[in-house]
Amino acid sequence: MKKIEVLGPGCANCVRLAANAKEAADMAGVEAEIVKVTDYAQIAAHGVMSTPGLVIDGKLVSYGRIPSAGDIALWLSE
Amino acid sequence: MTTLRLGAARRVQIPLQLTVGVAVAAWLVAWLAEAPLSDWLTFSVFGLERGSHFGEAIAFFLLDVPKVLLLLLGIITVVTLIRGFFPPEKVRAALAGRGTVAGTVTAASFGIVTPFCSCSAVPLFIGFVEAGIPLGVTFAFLISSPMVNEVALVLLWGLFGPGIALVYMAAGLTVAIVGGLVIGKLGMERYVEDYVWALQGKGGTALEIKLTWADRIHDAWSYTKDLTRRITPYLLIGIGIGALIHGYAPTDLVAAIGGRSNPLAVPIVVLIALPLYSNAAGTIPIVQALLGKGMPMGTTLAFMMAITAISLPEFIILRRVIRWQLIAVFATTVTIGILFIGYLFNFLIV
Repeated sequence: MKKIEVLGPGCANCVRLAANAKEAADMAGVEAEIVKVTDYAQIAAHGVMSTPGLVIDGKLVSYGRIPSAGDIALWLSE
Repeated sequence: MTTLRLGAARRVQIPLQLTVGVAVAAWLVAWLAEAPLSDWLTFSVFGLERGSHFGEAIAFFLLDVPKVLLLLLGIITVVTLIRGFFPPEKVRAALAGRGTVAGTVTAASFGIVTPFCSCSAVPLFIGFVEAGIPLGVTFAFLISSPMVNEVALVLLWGLFGPGIALVYMAAGLTVAIVGGLVIGKLGMERYVEDYVWALQGKGGTALEIKLTWADRIHDAWSYTKDLTRRITPYLLIGIGIGALIHGYAPTDLVAAIGGRSNPLAVPIVVLIALPLYSNAAGTIPIVQALLGKGMPMGTTLAFMMAITAISLPEFIILRRVIRWQLIAVFATTVTIGILFIGYLFNFLIV
């Protein structure tokens, strides 16, 4: 099971990213646990300065933009 | 490729160049047709009288709403595309290790190009501190970012010409640089929350996001739609107030309060602006109306800067990383800077 973390304080962008991530997991047929990380210290620990950020299984894959479900599905299949 | 969905089953792939080409052409047509169309609408179709208070107010409203919306759509898209090449993560790398004065000037300049989404204010602040960037330099960025944002600059350019836009940019940069230097000298490091200092030297990411032009254009347009949607309430209110000022405010009243003859004009308008907050785009119509009523440039600029640079929502968000004493110093420094700019430009620009 993949762990997907959405980094951000919870504004609309983070919500949209989480939705895209969920859709991506369905598209890729991958079981995924989606966690929202809102604590600033934790967000900064990943080196993210522009939210929202996306972390898959501990690895930072995106920051500062909202990747589409298609892009995320590709990352999940890697 | 952009995918066009026609009905439930049919999809047509349209090459990116074609989509962009059509979009640009549509924008140009709308831009050129807009002024004559709204004039015709107000005075021929609605039959309002030229020169009447109500007629002029409505004309202002109908002229401004589409014009500003078009400018916003075009400008935000282009600027976001450019800005995609300057993510804060790169800015941080550029600032780390620079001397104080060079760093402050660079940080203030970057503030123009970088987006200031309030939700990124805290991670950004933490990121700068993490990299060992001095507090004053970070504040130069925090001051210039919301105030001298590209939306404001390009709107000013589009509506008043390049001179005004450059003046505003110069003024904003000056306040940011001087403000950053002053705050840096005050040694207020202890008013930053402890956990931020604890993160120093950690983190930072080497991840470079690779984007295709299709990605960039899609991101830019998506951001534009979202931002325009968020700005529109402020814009409508701003245009509404602008329309009222344009149609109804007696020129004598504006001259009495904000005009040259009143030596206290600048502090008064800044005081009025302090509790107000608007996105820069929303202030433009008010600025337009005030200038039309004869308010001097310096006073008007001070008003506009005070509305955008000093915002309670932003302070509340920053409270997560800095204490109220430092926020107060921040607000005071910026206010004094704005007052100074107001007087200076009233003096310089006749």
